[in-house]
Amino acid sequence: MPNMTYAQALNEALREEMRVDPRVFLMGEDIGHHGGIFRVTKDLIDEFGTDRVRDTPISESSFVGLGIGAAMAGMKPVVELLFMDFALVAADQIVNQAAKLRYMSGGTVSIPIVVRAQQGGGRGNGAQHSQSFESWLAQVPGLIIVAPSTPADAKGLLKSSIRAGNPVVFIEHKLLYNTKGDVPEGDYAIPIGKAEVKRDGRDITIVSYSRTLLFALEAAETLAQKGIEAEVIDLRTIEPLDMDTILESVKGTGRLLVVHESHSNCGLGAEIMARAYEQAPDTLIMPPRRLGAKHVPIPVAESLENAVLPQPVDIVEAVEAMF
Amino acid sequence: MPLTQEQLKDAYRQMQVIRKFEETIRNLYQQGKIRGSFHPCVGQEATAVGGCWALRKDDYMTCTYRGHGQAIAKGLSVRAAMAEMLGKATGCSKGKGGSMHFTDPSVGLLGANAIVAAGIPHAAGAALAAQLQKKDHVALAYFGEGAVNQGVFLETLNLAVIWKLPLILVCENNLYSEMTPSHETTSVVETHKRASAFGFESIQIDGNDVELMYNTVEQAAAKARSGGGPIYIEAMTYRLWGHMMGDPEIYRTKEEVSKARENEPIVRCGHRLLELGCTEVDLTRLDGEAEAIIADALEFAEASPAPEPADAFTDVFV
Repeated sequence: MPNMTYAQALNEALREEMRVDPRVFLMGEDIGHHGGIFRVTKDLIDEFGTDRVRDTPISESSFVGLGIGAAMAGMKPVVELLFMDFALVAADQIVNQAAKLRYMSGGTVSIPIVVRAQQGGGRGNGAQHSQSFESWLAQVPGLIIVAPSTPADAKGLLKSSIRAGNPVVFIEHKLLYNTKGDVPEGDYAIPIGKAEVKRDGRDITIVSYSRTLLFALEAAETLAQKGIEAEVIDLRTIEPLDMDTILESVKGTGRLLVVHESHSNCGLGAEIMARAYEQAPDTLIMPPRRLGAKHVPIPVAESLENAVLPQPVDIVEAVEAMF
Repeated sequence: MPLTQEQLKDAYRQMQVIRKFEETIRNLYQQGKIRGSFHPCVGQEATAVGGCWALRKDDYMTCTYRGHGQAIAKGLSVRAAMAEMLGKATGCSKGKGGSMHFTDPSVGLLGANAIVAAGIPHAAGAALAAQLQKKDHVALAYFGEGAVNQGVFLETLNLAVIWKLPLILVCENNLYSEMTPSHETTSVVETHKRASAFGFESIQIDGNDVELMYNTVEQAAAKARSGGGPIYIEAMTYRLWGHMMGDPEIYRTKEEVSKARENEPIVRCGHRLLELGCTEVDLTRLDGEAEAIIADALEFAEASPAPEPADAFTDVFV
């Protein structure tokens, strides 16, 4: 199985889908000859040309809007936002339009669009280039939200997202692009809406996704040395949420910790904890916990940013406090 | 090719259908039978009929919450439109969209939109799809002059020119952005000049002349269809009723509205038909046919069932 980076895996998924489906085309800033600032669309313009790999002006509302119109007219656009923070510039098109047009039409139109963007902090990009929006976006009915943590998942989930036939917000992380892993060749698709147990354990269930999933795995190794075996679940898809996999795990461990980089306040962690309480209160032997960004904008200096965003050591401490 | 006399009679009837549709909705609204908002297009029927009739059925169109007339002119069933207004299961959106979201892709209607200017990039995207698919569809977006200060309008002007899209933008300039005279809030209120500045071929026309509207859009469609790029048409018109039900219309005088009535599209089309040799009897017959279409639609809608509560949970995803 080839070993490649997360960015290369995404590139492979795009290339393969574009080869088999002429409806798939790309739009975004600097995605053509430049290949995207994180190289996800590298060299695709050479194979597919400027018609299908379209450099856009810096005007997110319009090119997301064009993607929606093209989707209604039979195409399958994959639109790249340079940073997830810019989704707010296109928020009307994502939230009021893509998510709702099918419903408001009584199911007569469909919007098979993928909006890709990288998000998150960890490299000092500051408060307008480091945010994580999945908790907000999960409040919008009509959007599928995907956030892979490994190169293999990145490929498999991007292929499924392009085929989904629905609006998908595909969340990448700027500090995952250079991570490496084995990636199955060819037509490898992972079903949307299925979490995966990335590490088995009997003592506590840690639920995470995207970059903090790697932190959770790192923390689990530290915890193992201290005699605590953590089961680590990678959500992979945030909406629809795979509660079955979470609850099955909690049934065995009795403890639940949710870790994510988006802000804790009114975040996905709160939602997962609430659902666990609602759906399986008897399996919890103690109150669940969550760990997310603290409630300030994301600062630049490393000492500050690390104080705001959850780190592996924070996960270890949070887990230890539950024993 | 200009409209024949027979086609002009059909256009007159179609404008009357739209007028009577809106009058009926007003009555229903006053009886408390319509939920939500209603933004009538009375006085703007010529832009709808002239514009949509110059397109093919498989050309794309987007419009706004003031788009009942445009949707019907593009081919939306009057029955389905009326049922949607009454929140019935037989409505074009099964009661989920209502007044501001008429949609029917089978006639190229990609949707009315309740966010000002938001449907403009959708038309541009449909035009892009046609270009990529190497098909000769064109797309037309209707919007009011109140949309020209929205960022996404200006952004789409830029993209349409850069990508030479088969796109027709029709600005219905009815002088008022909601309840404010547009000249008070708009730097260059002759909106076609804005489009020109972006590199559009643009034109300002009398939008209450259904024949002129038809001819202009027909030529624009032919140009766009043959790869000639986007065209901007500023159609000057007048909103004879307020922005929405309940608008006290303090921003204009009754005299101004009365004067505008002399220039309204249905009266003018009637005069034109008389000039061409039609009789008052002919016009009365066309009026009666329009009334019958509306009566049939109303009967259909009122007899239709409400959607089942369980239907609220379908049609979110494919």
